[in-house]
Amino acid sequence: MAFLKLESLRKAYGEFVAVKECSLSIGEGEFVCLLGPSGCGKTTTLQMIAGFVEPTEGRIILNGADITRLGPSKRGLGIVFQSYALFPHMTVAANVAFGLEMRAIAKRERRERVAHMLDLVRLDGFADRYPRQLSGGQRQRVALARALVIEPSVLLLDEPMGALDALLREEMQIELRALQKRLGITTIMVTHDQVEAMSLADRVVLLNNGSVEQVAEPFAMYEHPSGRFASTFLGKSNVLAGDVSGASVLVGDQELPADLAGMSGAVDYIIRPEKITFAAAGGLVRGQVTARVFLGDRWLYQLDTPVGPMQVIDTNVGLPKAVEGDAVGLVWAAENARVVARGAAS
Amino acid sequence: MTKRLLLPYGLVGPGLLAALALVALPLLLTLSLSFLPFTYADGIGDGFTMANYVEIATDGYYQEIFLRTFLLALIVTGVSILIGAPEAYILARLSPFMRAIAFVVVLGPLLISVVVRTLGWTILLGNEGVINRVLLSIGLISEPIRLMYTFTGMAIALVHVLVPFVVLAVWTSLQKLDPATEQAAESLGAGPLTTLTRIVLPQVLPGVLSGGLIVFALASSAFATPAIIGGRRLKVVSTTIYDEFLNYLNWPLGAALALVLLVIVLVISVGVSRFVERRYKQAFQ
Ligand SMILES: Nc1ncnc2c1ncn2[C@@H]1O[C@H](COP(=O)(O)OP(=O)(O)O)[C@@H](O)[C@H]1O
Ligand SMILES: [Mg+2]
Repeated sequence: MAFLKLESLRKAYGEFVAVKECSLSIGEGEFVCLLGPSGCGKTTTLQMIAGFVEPTEGRIILNGADITRLGPSKRGLGIVFQSYALFPHMTVAANVAFGLEMRAIAKRERRERVAHMLDLVRLDGFADRYPRQLSGGQRQRVALARALVIEPSVLLLDEPMGALDALLREEMQIELRALQKRLGITTIMVTHDQVEAMSLADRVVLLNNGSVEQVAEPFAMYEHPSGRFASTFLGKSNVLAGDVSGASVLVGDQELPADLAGMSGAVDYIIRPEKITFAAAGGLVRGQVTARVFLGDRWLYQLDTPVGPMQVIDTNVGLPKAVEGDAVGLVWAAENARVVARGAAS
Repeated sequence: MTKRLLLPYGLVGPGLLAALALVALPLLLTLSLSFLPFTYADGIGDGFTMANYVEIATDGYYQEIFLRTFLLALIVTGVSILIGAPEAYILARLSPFMRAIAFVVVLGPLLISVVVRTLGWTILLGNEGVINRVLLSIGLISEPIRLMYTFTGMAIALVHVLVPFVVLAVWTSLQKLDPATEQAAESLGAGPLTTLTRIVLPQVLPGVLSGGLIVFALASSAFATPAIIGGRRLKVVSTTIYDEFLNYLNWPLGAALALVLLVIVLVISVGVSRFVERRYKQAFQ
């Protein structure tokens, strides 16, 4: 049974619709990422769950109770803000204790729970510091501790890694994931970083222009994107516009193999660059290498082909397989190509 | 290299000279003036005397005036903060369009000449004034309340013109406040009042303090408003200085009064700001 349920949530600001329709069921203990480009309505959705933005339509059901009209202070959710929003005039300990104080928890127990929580986020010894005396990563951990100490039913995070540099971000992601698993807390995190979403979430909710584009586990979403948007926002893709012709897809005058499963008409033919390999002679399409980028663990090739420009990614196992100007053939397995009706999900 | 080093001094120089000529020099002259002897028969004499300061310290007449001045400044400061701080908070929450309008209204008193504004208040405050007429006609009072030439009248008129300073100072502090801290407090279970007193107020304290200090300094040295609304019966230090200089021609005593006022305002301002900054250290970092 769903622990948190969003039923057709919609938010309009006058004429402008920030969130068109968002329906979602989240199980207890699940880690869900709301992923999408900037301005697609992620924060608005999260703020509706938190209670700071009132939905224009729809309902929010938490543990069987309708909380749509409940004030944020009564929802008992833990929130980590993008700016962390620590109270600058209070010590780390006072920041973390605030929520317990509001719950009128006795001083003794308060102190124990704060100490325990600071221990959990590896900030013991920082209790008497002030937020401005902390690094970005430490601030984030205080924000996390402050949100978790009240034992919220759901943890909401709005781009919590946004302010951290790349190295620290990776470290904090691992830490967050470990903490979430350990506490078993239902978590919804907003991010525009597809790598972050894929590496952290049990399930990714892909948003685009205020609508849910696809909901799936990271691997499933990567392997079976619902359409052009999903395939290009999550990783790279070659998306070729074509038409079903018999048992294959006709792109330009090239026939490309596919598992069609009874599809017909105009389709998008999607093939990931890393699923393509070079062939010296023959190949499904032939093309000329126009550019080559070294990315350390792999090479990215840009090619001109009769079906349009294409990208190929090849693992770096020593020497590169082609140089600029080479004419090469491209091959891939039919089951790695994904065919979706054109404009199915934008 | 030397040119580079001289540049800052060259830039600061003119301002420094102006400050010396227009502030330091008159102050020094006033200081030396305050130690000169004075008799009504011979006017200002030569020599050095502490008599003027002794007179101020021992004469109950002056003590009463100083007490009234600082009581007035204190009350005006308190009321201005009580009105101005919430006003700034509300302003910060308005839509940009409404805020622009509200700002003109709030800053209005500062845009009007002090004499015109104060005379306006005499029209409102008089026994036959607008306020009393309205209160009488709706039957709230049976006879006019005296507001002109009263302490209350002076306080009302001063608060009116000084509130904008608190609004501006608190507004500046509010700009620096992360609105998400309020949301954070709310999500942790705090009601609106708790959020206001525990989260917002401590963060805008520097603004409240600087606004309050400006109001205090301006209220304790205000001249036009006490002169017109307080009149001769309710003298404050600045109107007393004016009288000493221009009516009794006792310049040394006037100079001594001015310096005592200056020192007291300075001591109170520095003391209060030190105290508040130390007491609420974290809000000021
Ligand atoms: N209070 C508001 N009034 C009008 N438009 C808003 C408001 N809040 C957000 N929006 C708009 O709604 C859209 C979605 O915003 P948001 O949910 O913050 O996007 P993001 O996915 O980047 O978090 C944006 O185009 C934004 O400009
Ligand atoms: Mg956002």
